[in-house]
Amino acid sequence: MSNNLRFKTSKLIDETYRVSFKFNNKKYFGFKGDTLASALLANGIHLVGRSFKYHRPRGIMTSGSEEPNAIIQLHDNSSRTEPNVRATEVEIYEGLVASSQNCWPSVNFDIGGINNLLSPILPAGFYYKTFMWPASFWEKYEYFIRKSAGLGKSPKVPDPDIYEHKYIHCDVLVIGAGISGIMAAKMAAKNGFKTLLVDEKSYLGGSSIYDNSEFSKINNQITSSWLEKEINEISKLENLEIKTRTSVAAFHGYNFLLACENLTDHLPINQRENKVRQRLLKIRAKKVISATGSIERPLIFDNNDRPGILLSSAIKKYIDLYGVACGENNILFTNNDTAYETAMSLIQRGIKVNAIIDNREQIDSKISYEVEKNNIKIYKGYTVVDTYGYRRINKISIMKLSKDGQTVVGDKTKLNCDCLGVSGGWTPAVHLFTQSGGKLKFREEDQVFIPNIYPSDQISIGSCNGDFGLEEIIKNTLSSIKKFLDIDNSEYKTVETISGLNQSKRNIWLLPSDKSIGKTKSFVDYQNDATAKDIKLALREGFRSIEHVKRYTTTGMGTDQGKLGNMHALGIISETAGTKMGEHGTTTFRPPYTPLTFGTIVGRNVGEFFDIFRRTPIHDWHVVNNAEFENVGQWKRAWYYPKDNENMHQAVQRESKAARDSAGILDASTLGKIDIQGTDASEFLNRVYTNAWSKLAVGKCRYGLMLNEDGMVYDDGVTTRLGENHYIMTTTTGGAANVLGKLEDYLQTEWPELDVYLSSVTDHFATISVCGPNSKKIVSKVIPDLDLSDEKFPHMSFKNANIDNIKCRVMRISFTGEHSYEINIQANYGKSVWEKCMEAGKDFNITPYGTETMHLLRAEKGFIIVGQDTDATLTPIDLQMDWIVSKKKYDFIGKRSLYRSDTIREDRKQLVGLLTENPEIVLEEGAQIVADIKKSPIEMLGHVTSSYYSPNLKKSIALGVVKGGKNMLGQKLIIPMENKNINVTVADPVFLDKEGERLNAKL
Amino acid sequence: MFLINCPFCGEREQSEFKAGGEAHIVRPKQPTELSDDEWAEYLFMRKNIKGIQFERWNHAHGCRKWFNMVRDTSNDQIKAIYKMGEKPPVK
Ligand SMILES: [Zn+2]
Repeated sequence: MSNNLRFKTSKLIDETYRVSFKFNNKKYFGFKGDTLASALLANGIHLVGRSFKYHRPRGIMTSGSEEPNAIIQLHDNSSRTEPNVRATEVEIYEGLVASSQNCWPSVNFDIGGINNLLSPILPAGFYYKTFMWPASFWEKYEYFIRKSAGLGKSPKVPDPDIYEHKYIHCDVLVIGAGISGIMAAKMAAKNGFKTLLVDEKSYLGGSSIYDNSEFSKINNQITSSWLEKEINEISKLENLEIKTRTSVAAFHGYNFLLACENLTDHLPINQRENKVRQRLLKIRAKKVISATGSIERPLIFDNNDRPGILLSSAIKKYIDLYGVACGENNILFTNNDTAYETAMSLIQRGIKVNAIIDNREQIDSKISYEVEKNNIKIYKGYTVVDTYGYRRINKISIMKLSKDGQTVVGDKTKLNCDCLGVSGGWTPAVHLFTQSGGKLKFREEDQVFIPNIYPSDQISIGSCNGDFGLEEIIKNTLSSIKKFLDIDNSEYKTVETISGLNQSKRNIWLLPSDKSIGKTKSFVDYQNDATAKDIKLALREGFRSIEHVKRYTTTGMGTDQGKLGNMHALGIISETAGTKMGEHGTTTFRPPYTPLTFGTIVGRNVGEFFDIFRRTPIHDWHVVNNAEFENVGQWKRAWYYPKDNENMHQAVQRESKAARDSAGILDASTLGKIDIQGTDASEFLNRVYTNAWSKLAVGKCRYGLMLNEDGMVYDDGVTTRLGENHYIMTTTTGGAANVLGKLEDYLQTEWPELDVYLSSVTDHFATISVCGPNSKKIVSKVIPDLDLSDEKFPHMSFKNANIDNIKCRVMRISFTGEHSYEINIQANYGKSVWEKCMEAGKDFNITPYGTETMHLLRAEKGFIIVGQDTDATLTPIDLQMDWIVSKKKYDFIGKRSLYRSDTIREDRKQLVGLLTENPEIVLEEGAQIVADIKKSPIEMLGHVTSSYYSPNLKKSIALGVVKGGKNMLGQKLIIPMENKNINVTVADPVFLDKEGERLNAKL
Repeated sequence: MFLINCPFCGEREQSEFKAGGEAHIVRPKQPTELSDDEWAEYLFMRKNIKGIQFERWNHAHGCRKWFNMVRDTSNDQIKAIYKMGEKPPVK
């Protein structure tokens, strides 16, 4: 470690605890408390990466989350490796491994650097203009662009870390623990508000915690000492929770905020085992106090991006907080007083300050006089016009600014340096405020946007509210918090402040140069390599809105969202276009403020916890019996049960045949079940179904079709009248929740006069369907007391019964066209009753079948599946189900829509059966149906909705929707596929047992 | 995310609710007597206002009750919440 860059400091750095780490495969040392950036700087390393477009060498520029350049890849181990991490935010730990990204073969020699030489031909919009034509070449261009751009590597194996989410409710949330945040939190907590204080850093106090200057004092104490006492006091407050390393990512409406709490990233890897790495806090605060501070502005001049050029405030922080000098020969370049604080911090430690270049002609503050007293040359009214040095700055040239600041005059002077600190004043960090919907206003005096209209119960204080002087900050914080919280007791009796700074500033968005603009590279967005020249070009080409200029030049589109340069982009636009600041809009800062890991976003919802699984009461039996499962909504449904080495087709063929030849059994527990009670239950069903319900006798079942008000089929199912005023409705598996919601909607809002109550009982019952010619024999063995004779228990009727003294409901209904029974029993008996049925069916080859066979069996009968054969564009008439639409009923949901001019068209798509010329060919579901393949473009008549090979009919069958299909029976159509055209004939959709003999066969 | 004051349960997160479109559109009592245009007016036409809008909301993952809301769609401020059948408390 080069000792001349490391100085003793009482803050943050533990000099007794040495930490080793690797950067670009080389070992270095730092101290506990260092960030990766401060440790690299202490080792004399500035060059850490290459820029995105021109591959220019770039160094550490800032000391915080606004860092645009020092973007690194963390960890070399493939499961934890993380791209796009800001070196300024990584706290080092023993064994840390990091490397530069976006450079090949190495950061010191980068092949992409050739782009820098080619830059005259890489202007704004270059990618749009060049690579988009011809369009067919895009794939080839993209390959090369992506390869040379490469923003880091993503991990290739699953993340080993644990993440979680946590809800927090508080009275007051304070964002930012700088001086105003600390004061606000203390006032809130001491006045009885349950308060949460968060800060993205590992320490409290913000930049004031290392303000040891004699020039800013509070109650006659040095600022940092006064603040330390305050921090000490608030850390004991019961009402106050403090979270450090917690960065607010999003500020949504109604004071709902997301924050990421970093718990283990600062620990050596071996200490992270079994700990939560990051926690996403979902905060709902009654009141929010933003004390997010401000970000120092760089200055925009030619070659303002060389390694060794840092924000002036960053240089101050590195020396005061980390005890690290960024250079041995420093020059500061400023348009305001804050750079003089940096100068004093350097002078006090004996670090050389060669000169200060100040845009201002007149400088009148105590601190500037003090700097002059130390024999530092101040160039007043000067600007930097160029910098030199490839991998590290070694020289600058300066010239005098003209009176209006638009040009440079006089001779050029060259000055040596190895570090240049720049300060263009400060930009309030209003990102979260604008995310919450807040509206800004522009303050002309010092050219800043500050909060104006608050959309929720919140307030901004301190420098994020545009208060930059210590006196102003403290005075305004006290008064606004008292008002905001409606409190008398501020906890602060008298706070006397003195400051040696004044707030004068000479703001020039783009500093003039002796060169023409076309020959300069004055970077506005460092991360995306957008220059002032690019912005001017965009304006010349006609772009005006900031959002358009931003996208065309990519200014502010990097991972830092242009935290440093967006203001300059706006300034250059308004200067060039001759408009007022903000007239072309301000860019929108979108969440997250700083990037979040995917782990934080998903929390614990990974693997089997990604989504909820619903399992039927019989699920375990299916698992033991080798079922393959299908996801239907959140349900796991048995799909088919392969035996031996059967594939899906073979299993389904066997199951389908067994169900028709002897007996099949299906777990239908997932069907939605709604219990309907009340004196108006029958009238209610009359209004929601297309067919008539008032005359359905107790103990009978009926199939019903439900429409949307637009006349399109919405859901279907069998409903059974259990008693005079009691029905049980079944719905499709996927539609259950929506149907209940829809019914409630009508009951509560349109027909509140009806006496009807709805309860979802889907999970209360297991439903077992036994079908096939032998179903009667099997059920009679399971429920011997039940009279199954056709006279007593005909098709579409229901009986109460007992199985081993457990009540159950048995319906004789069928979705397969076979004689069948549906046993509904309290869910926890489901599996044992299923097993009883299996036992009873042993002699009859009872065969469990899954959803695939169910679909095949119903397709043989031409029964629709809502959502497969329908898609919210089909009426019952389109489905050729006219029989179910009551002509007599005065009204039901959707009735009026069935004779709108559009719904009575003859050429609507209608459901038909399709038979292939070659019975062995099974159509693909979704395939298009056409009549004439010679016509161009080919007219699409419809598509295939269901398709199977029927083992019972020994041929391929399909359902589809075809324009005017109802009148096309027997007509030949074509299914054009990739390599062949398949000939089909339009057929009746009922393929098997049209007369329904199987249902009523004497068994 | 909104914080919605369900008239039956109190303040709850927006994620518990479902929006149900424009409020105060009454289903015609005699749909069969309406012309195509009149029926279409009821069925399809919605105002979608920028500003004060009257909406239906359902506490879907709570009490399942429907209620009305007055919301300023330009800034998402909820101006009022009232039960079904009640008159809007603001204009
Ligand atoms: Zn509720």
